Amino acid sequence: MSTTTEALDTINSGYKWGFETDIEMDLAPKGLNEDIIRLISARKEEPEWMLEGRLKAFSQWQKMAEPVWARVDHPPIDYQDLHYYAAPKKKPGPKSLDEVDPELLKMYEKLGIPLKERAILAGVEADPDERPQIAVDAVFDSVSVATTFRESLAKVGVIFCPISEAVRDHPDLVRQYLGTVVPVADNYFSALNAAVFTDGSFCYIPKGVRCPMELSTYFRINARNTGQFERTLIIAEAGAHVSYLEGCTAPQRDENQLHAAVVELIAMDDATIKYSTVQNWYPGDENGRGGIYNFVTKRGACRGARSKISWTQVETGSAITWKYPSCVLIGEDSVGEFYSVAVTTHHQQADTGTKMIHIGKGSRSTIVSKGISAGKSNNTYRGLVRMLPSATGARNHTQCDSLLIGDQCGAHTVPYIESRNPSAKVEHEATTSKIDEEKLFYCRQRGLSEEDAVNLIVNGFCKEVLKELPMEFAVEAQKLLAVSLEGSVG
Amino acid sequence: MLEIRGLAASIGDKLILRGIDLNVPDGEVHAIMGPNGSGKSTLGYVLSGRDDFTVTGGSVLYNGLDLLDMAPEARAAAGVFLAFQAPIELPGVNNANFLRTALNAIRRAHGESELDAVQFLKLARAETKRLAMPDDMLKRNVNVGFSGGEKKRNEVLQMALLRPSLAILDETDSGLDIDALKIVADGVNALRSPTFSALVITHHQRLLDHLVPNRVHVLAGGRIIRSGGPELARELEKSGYAGVLAEAA
Repeated sequence: MSTTTEALDTINSGYKWGFETDIEMDLAPKGLNEDIIRLISARKEEPEWMLEGRLKAFSQWQKMAEPVWARVDHPPIDYQDLHYYAAPKKKPGPKSLDEVDPELLKMYEKLGIPLKERAILAGVEADPDERPQIAVDAVFDSVSVATTFRESLAKVGVIFCPISEAVRDHPDLVRQYLGTVVPVADNYFSALNAAVFTDGSFCYIPKGVRCPMELSTYFRINARNTGQFERTLIIAEAGAHVSYLEGCTAPQRDENQLHAAVVELIAMDDATIKYSTVQNWYPGDENGRGGIYNFVTKRGACRGARSKISWTQVETGSAITWKYPSCVLIGEDSVGEFYSVAVTTHHQQADTGTKMIHIGKGSRSTIVSKGISAGKSNNTYRGLVRMLPSATGARNHTQCDSLLIGDQCGAHTVPYIESRNPSAKVEHEATTSKIDEEKLFYCRQRGLSEEDAVNLIVNGFCKEVLKELPMEFAVEAQKLLAVSLEGSVG
Repeated sequence: MLEIRGLAASIGDKLILRGIDLNVPDGEVHAIMGPNGSGKSTLGYVLSGRDDFTVTGGSVLYNGLDLLDMAPEARAAAGVFLAFQAPIELPGVNNANFLRTALNAIRRAHGESELDAVQFLKLARAETKRLAMPDDMLKRNVNVGFSGGEKKRNEVLQMALLRPSLAILDETDSGLDIDALKIVADGVNALRSPTFSALVITHHQRLLDHLVPNRVHVLAGGRIIRSGGPELARELEKSGYAGVLAEAA
C-alpha cells in the first residue's frame, strides 16, 4: 500500500511543491558502472545500438572532468553515491490513464498538472470549452508515467512520446538525430547524461504541420538520493511549428540531488520551435541546505533556411543552476532567441545564459536576460555570441539586466563576443538596478503593501520575458516569482 | 485635520527637525517656505512615513489618528498623499497598472469594491483630460523617460485619482513653466473642500498666486520661525529670507 505524506514545514518555507509521494519503487543499487548502465538499458528494453552508445558515452565520461569555469561553488559530488534508476513499481511503457497508479494521479493533481485529457494548468479561470488543450508527458524520477493526447496528435502525424519508447518504436528517427546537436563529449554532464539518461520526451513534427496544441513535459524528482537524467529531442521538419513547455519540481530534502538533462532541438527550413521552461526545482532552505544541482545542456540547431528556435525560461528553483540554452544558427536567415528570467534568493547560485553561434548568412539572434538576486545569492549571466566568417550580415542584440534586492547578493554579467565577419553586427546592453527603499517607499506611499510593491517592480522588470510565455504559463510564472521572492525585502 | 506637536526627527545622527508645531485645520491650504536644507522635505517624508528618518520626539495627530504609529501604506489608505519632489522611476511598470493597483489598494482599505481595467481607464482618461495631459501618459512606464514637468504632472494625476484628504506637495511647482504651474494649482484647487487640506512646500510666490493659501509658514533650521497670512509669502518674495532669519535669531 502506498500513502502520500506531506511535509508540513513546506508551509513555512514557501516551497509548496516540496511534498514527497510514498510509492513503491523499483530502485537500482547506488553507484555508476557498466552493469548499472546495462540494467538501465534492459529496464528500458532498448536495442543493442542504444546500449553500445551508452557504454561508449560512459567510457568517454570517465576520461572527463567537471567544468570549473562557472561561478558556482559546491562540495564534490560523489557520483557513486547516487541511484541512477528509480521507477514506480508498475510496468512502464504505453498504457491508458486508467492504469496509472492513483497515488501518482493524485500527486499530479496536487501539482496542478492535468493528466486528464481535458484540463489545463490549474489557476486559470476560463470557460472549460475555450481552454486551450495541452498534451502532457509526465516524467516521474526515471520514467514517463503518462503521456496524454497521443491519439489526437498522431492523427496529424505528430509523434509525442517518452523518449524510451521512441528508441524502441522510432529507432530510425532517434538514431538519425540523437546526439547530433549535443554530442556525447560536449561536456562532462552531457557525457554523463548520454550514458545514463532514463526518460524525457520525444517530439517529431512532420513537414508542414503546425502542432495543434502545446506539448509539455512535467518533470518530477521524488526518490531519495536519485539523480534525474532526462533527455529530450524535438524535431521540426520543414515548415513545421511547435510550442513546447516544460516544468519541474522536487520534494524538499536536506541533501542535494543531481539533475543533469540534455535537450536537443532541430529545426529545418521555415520551421519554428518555441521552447518554454518554468524551472522550479527545490532551491534549498534559507540556510542553503538541500536543493537540486541543475546541470543542464540545452541546444537547438537551426539547420534550415529561415528556421527559428526560441528559448524562454523562468528559473526560480535549484540550489545551483548551470544552464545555457543555445542556438546554432546554420540556416540562412535563421533566427535564435533567448528570453530568460533567473531568480536567486537565500543561498542559491545561478550561472546561466546562452550561446548564439552564427554560421548562416543573415542569421539573427536576440538575447534578453533578466537576473534577479536577493538574500545571499549569486546570479551570473554568461553568454557567448560568436559570428563565424560565413555569417555575412548576421546580427545580434543582447539586453542584459540585473535587479538586486538587498545588499548581500551578487549579480554578475560575463558576455563573450567573438566576431570573425566584419559585416556582422553585435550589440550588447546591460543595466543594473536595485529595489531600494526609494522605490518601495514611493509605491507604499501610494497605498501598496511592500509585497505588492516588490511584485509590481519585479513583474515590470521581467515583462519583456514573461510576455514570451504562453498565457497559462505566464500566469503560473508570475505567481512563482511572487512566491519565490516572498519575504526577501526587509 | 493635522496637529503637529514638538515634532523632532533625525537621519543617522543628524537632527533635522527640531520641534515643529503646526496646526492645519480642515479645508485649509498651508504653504511651507524656507531656505534650502531647512527640513521642508524631511517634514513631508516624516509625515508620510519614510523610515530613513527617526522620529525622536513629538506627536502627529491626523483626523484623530496617531499618524507616526502607522505604516506608510496605512497612512496612504487613510488619505495622506505626498507629491514627491523627485518622483521615482519604475521601469517596466505601466503607469495605468501602477495607478490602478494603488487606487484599488486604497479602495480595499476603505472596504470599497476594486475597479476593473475598463472602469479604471474611464476614470483615468477623464482625469488626464481635465489636467490637459496626453492619454499616452497612462500607457508609459511610471516616470520613465518623463520630462521634469511630466513627472510633476504625473504626481498631480495620481493625487487627482487617489483623492487624498491631506496632500503634501513637495516643490511640485519647481521647474514648471507657467502653463504647467497652473495645471498643478488647478489640480489642488479641484480637490479643495471642507474635508481636504494641503501642505504646499514651495519657493515661489507664483504658485501661491493660483493657490491662495490660508497660512504661510517659514521653516528654518528645523523649526517654524514665522507664520502669517498670504501676505507673508509676498513679503518673502520681495525681500528674501534674510530679514525673517535675522528677526528669529
